[in-house]
Amino acid sequence: MLADKDRIFTNLYGQRDWRLEGAKARGGWVGTREFIDLGRDWITNEVKASGLRGRGGAGFPTALKWTFMPKVNDGRPHYLVVNADESEPGTCKDREILRHDPHHLVEGCLIAGRAMDAHVAIIYVRGEFIRERQHLEHAVQEAYDARLIGKDNVHGWDFDIIVHHGAGAYICGEETALLESLEGKKGQPRLKPPFPAAMGVWGCPTTVNNVESIAVVPEILRRGGSWFAGIGRANNTGTKLMCVSGHVNTPATFEEAMGVTFEEMIEKHCGGIRGGWDNLLAVIPGGASVPCVPGEKIRNAYMDFDGLKEVGSSLGTAAVIVMDKQTDIIKAIWRLSAFYKHESCGQCTPCREGTGWMMRVMARMVEGRAQKREIDMLFEVTKQVEGHTICALGDAAAWPIQGLIRNFRHVIEERIDQYTWSSTSDGAVPSIAAE
Amino acid sequence: MAQIKVDGQLVEVPDYFTLMQAAEAAGAEIPRFCYHERLSVAGNCRMCLVEVKGGPPKPQASCAMSVKDLRPGPNGEPPEMFTNTPMVKKAREGVMEFLLINHPLDCPICDQGGECDLQDQAMAYGVDKNRYAENKRAVEDKYIGPLVKTSMNRCIHCTRCVRFTTEVAGISEMGLIGRGEDAEITTYLEKSLSSELQGNVIDLCPVGALTSRPYAFSARPWELNKTESIDVMDAVGSNIRVDARGREVMRILPRVNEAINEEWISDKTRFVWDGLKSQRLDRPYVRNKAGRLQAASWADAFAAVAKAIKGSAGGNRIGAIAGDLSSVEDMFAMKALMTALGSGNTDVRPPMSGLDPKWGRASYLFNPTIAGIEDADAVLIIGSNPRYEAAVLNARIRKLWRAKGVPVALIGAKVDLTYPYQHLGQGFETLAEIAAGRGFGEVLAKAQRPLVIVGERALSHGSVGKQPGRDVLALAAKIAQGAGDRAEGWNGFAVLHSAASRVGGLDIGFVPHDGGVCSADQMAKAQKGELDVLFLLGADEYDMSSMGNAFVVYIGSHGDAGAHRADVILPGAAYTEKSGTYVNTEGRVQMANRAVFPPGDAREEWAIIRALSAVIGRPLGFDSLADLRRQLYAEYPHMARLDAIAPEAAADLVRLAGNATKTQTGGFPSPISEFYLTNPIARASAVMGECAQLASGLRQAAE
Repeated sequence: MLADKDRIFTNLYGQRDWRLEGAKARGGWVGTREFIDLGRDWITNEVKASGLRGRGGAGFPTALKWTFMPKVNDGRPHYLVVNADESEPGTCKDREILRHDPHHLVEGCLIAGRAMDAHVAIIYVRGEFIRERQHLEHAVQEAYDARLIGKDNVHGWDFDIIVHHGAGAYICGEETALLESLEGKKGQPRLKPPFPAAMGVWGCPTTVNNVESIAVVPEILRRGGSWFAGIGRANNTGTKLMCVSGHVNTPATFEEAMGVTFEEMIEKHCGGIRGGWDNLLAVIPGGASVPCVPGEKIRNAYMDFDGLKEVGSSLGTAAVIVMDKQTDIIKAIWRLSAFYKHESCGQCTPCREGTGWMMRVMARMVEGRAQKREIDMLFEVTKQVEGHTICALGDAAAWPIQGLIRNFRHVIEERIDQYTWSSTSDGAVPSIAAE
Repeated sequence: MAQIKVDGQLVEVPDYFTLMQAAEAAGAEIPRFCYHERLSVAGNCRMCLVEVKGGPPKPQASCAMSVKDLRPGPNGEPPEMFTNTPMVKKAREGVMEFLLINHPLDCPICDQGGECDLQDQAMAYGVDKNRYAENKRAVEDKYIGPLVKTSMNRCIHCTRCVRFTTEVAGISEMGLIGRGEDAEITTYLEKSLSSELQGNVIDLCPVGALTSRPYAFSARPWELNKTESIDVMDAVGSNIRVDARGREVMRILPRVNEAINEEWISDKTRFVWDGLKSQRLDRPYVRNKAGRLQAASWADAFAAVAKAIKGSAGGNRIGAIAGDLSSVEDMFAMKALMTALGSGNTDVRPPMSGLDPKWGRASYLFNPTIAGIEDADAVLIIGSNPRYEAAVLNARIRKLWRAKGVPVALIGAKVDLTYPYQHLGQGFETLAEIAAGRGFGEVLAKAQRPLVIVGERALSHGSVGKQPGRDVLALAAKIAQGAGDRAEGWNGFAVLHSAASRVGGLDIGFVPHDGGVCSADQMAKAQKGELDVLFLLGADEYDMSSMGNAFVVYIGSHGDAGAHRADVILPGAAYTEKSGTYVNTEGRVQMANRAVFPPGDAREEWAIIRALSAVIGRPLGFDSLADLRRQLYAEYPHMARLDAIAPEAAADLVRLAGNATKTQTGGFPSPISEFYLTNPIARASAVMGECAQLASGLRQAAE
């Protein structure tokens, strides 16, 4: 359970002033100059000591990612790109930072920029985020006006922040597709290697970080890496914004310590499961792209990277989608398949062809209009997509279905049986024949 | 160099090699669709997935990952890749299944059938059953011009066509729109492609989505007789394969020749074949008393010619002009006939040409060679539009510009070359300025390997007595030699001819000699009645109304301008119907082969000339093509060295560059504007006509 004093985002609900004044009043922009003066290695080491893992979903250690940037500048500028293209279904954490605590991000950009010798940060904001962008742009302008960033600023590290507005495509949240989109090209992921740290935006060394990963950095430095490392379980440290949606009594976004159990989180922040714990069917614990976990397995699971891995899923962005027993789980997963089919960029074969195939088979399974052997076939198709694509969207499309088949195979089979039993002697099924 | 184990076999390859190249070096075959050696790497078809050790644990696209991306093992063992493991087999089968689920089962009615990558690889790497029970995707076909037919249901989105058009052809007219399943290859507004190289997307397309529209549904690849030959539509000498069924040429495809056309050919080369079937001269004609051309027998036609020759005072009152498509053998026979008749009036050059073999062979060749373009570090184009005059060569210049971003400049009419260039001026004043080392001349002086391309139009304009072409040639040679240091062995002086016959004709001295006069003067003399008999050896690009009352004998394959003016027509063979030697603009000797026989009574030109020589009582000394070639090779030994360029003394150019120039002012005439209609075969082709009409419409729309 996270104590109030340990919260990083103290204006998550926008009840206070999100502008520079308010941010300063809440402790922002304090000591920044010292961190900058302590230099690149100190910042990186402190973040490494905090054990901060990337908050965008993959959970890659943030400090380690920064160390991939070239140590010696070869003449090309370094770029920090902040991925604010938050489009994962169920995820709504970055937008709260952008609209209610933007100065955390602005300050974080400056410090992270110092840690990778970058003088420019580009924040790529999701196309649908209008108010968020306005607030962020306002905050950036305030920072320029107060000479917190910009040329010859008070921190002694020339730094520019560019807020870039996307056009609204899920795939542009993939780091290399985001870079393509930044360059004005079609948002299609790039082949890796070369990785962005070697050749990123406009061919220059680039690090792409999630909004939350960057926004927590100033507080980590202010309170020390060990403070952050002291929260949560080993290797899964710190606080995390979590967003719970679905069949809980009070869906919410909140900051919580990593490693809190699912039950505690729901009871404390969300007023419990709608209809009680017995009514819990399944949970998608990390945004749409991770496998679902049956209710009985998740209740005592730890909400962190390793804890959720143990139950066959993943923390992702900590966007928890709760489904009670009213839910048609097959249809829910079909809806996600439809989403991934719609958002596949169409560049590489398995994802382009596979997402549509999976969605169509899922659509039939929603009705029960399928053969039981097709369940195995569908599982195989997801395996044929997973790991064979350029980016992770193929994996993201495959995992929810795999989770469904692994955990709810009996539901699909019952649905198919139901469909078969409803058929008349001539083979017609009333609900279909009526159409 | 780096070591890598491919399926357990250790190979040593340069570390910039991709895994696919390393596998090829080790002899392991990797299937692919999107990857193409001459295009950028897309890595999107996922067919080339391999398993690696020392890299990510997932299957990796071998076309995109290089050997140096793999880490060595813990004890420094070389990284490993596998092309035959269960993981790879499963990956290939999976990708193949995905490619096929939305691919129509069109093979029996698909023009790609029999030469389809998807068909072949489905056989080799696919599975034999279909698990896809849903409806297949339907995609609307796009109109992208009269040459390329689309069948977009078949498209597998490899984007080779998009990459080719943007990278090689230099037009951004194709792209992939939409996303996911709904992604479609299109020209955005369904307008026709404007490139002269667009036909190559047909070869690049690994499936039947882009096929040849003129060839549609007309033949199957396995019914065709394939003849390797040489193209004559321009002076590049692209290597082609002529596919014929029976007596009909069905299509023309490129052959790989790294030194010339890589694996591209221009649309004129590819689609001109329907012109081989229309407007053909398939029997001799003689103009009757009423002034009309009347079909005649060979004997009557020869008799008419013999009579005209007998009626002439002979000597230099007889002339011969060779056209753009004549082979060396034809011209050699013609020259022998003229010599037998005592005439020195032979010419293969366009009127007012400044070219003259007396300045040495280097003075009329593309000396740096076509492949050598890629070494240049500055390019000056004088009075030429290489995009129209030699489309494939222009693609090389674009390749150079893309690879090195070298400065390119142009003197002459402003045209779209598909790459940016500096437009220096319209004509002679600018050329003189640069020759004096000013302006772009400074760039050229600093360059180690400057390339100076002189177009044929700049070399042949003006009027009798005033031939600025000579001065253009001299100044261009001077610029090419320049003041700066040149790289060892580099000769940047490059004459870009526009006709396949030109260099061969110049090589065998098909130019005025022994008191003979050039083509323009021959016509002027004919106009004045000082020339009695004029032979046109496939020559159609001359002003036919200014030949006075001369008795014109046209020897050629198509009823074009020359045939209309002729008093006697002797029907010849087109380039696909005879074995003939052609020398391309760089001086490379190549031999075209016969794919089909000439239609009707038409004969090969050398044989016609030999027969005619017997009728007029001066039989030439060869009875067969082999005889003729023996004499040709004895006289011009370099003609025997096929596919080679005889080395030329660059020193000759010093003499040329030293020539005093008289011309001071004047613009260069505009280079050819009508790419599709430059020779009689193209003018007889309905497809080329449609293209020309469309192009002129596009031009008007643009204006």
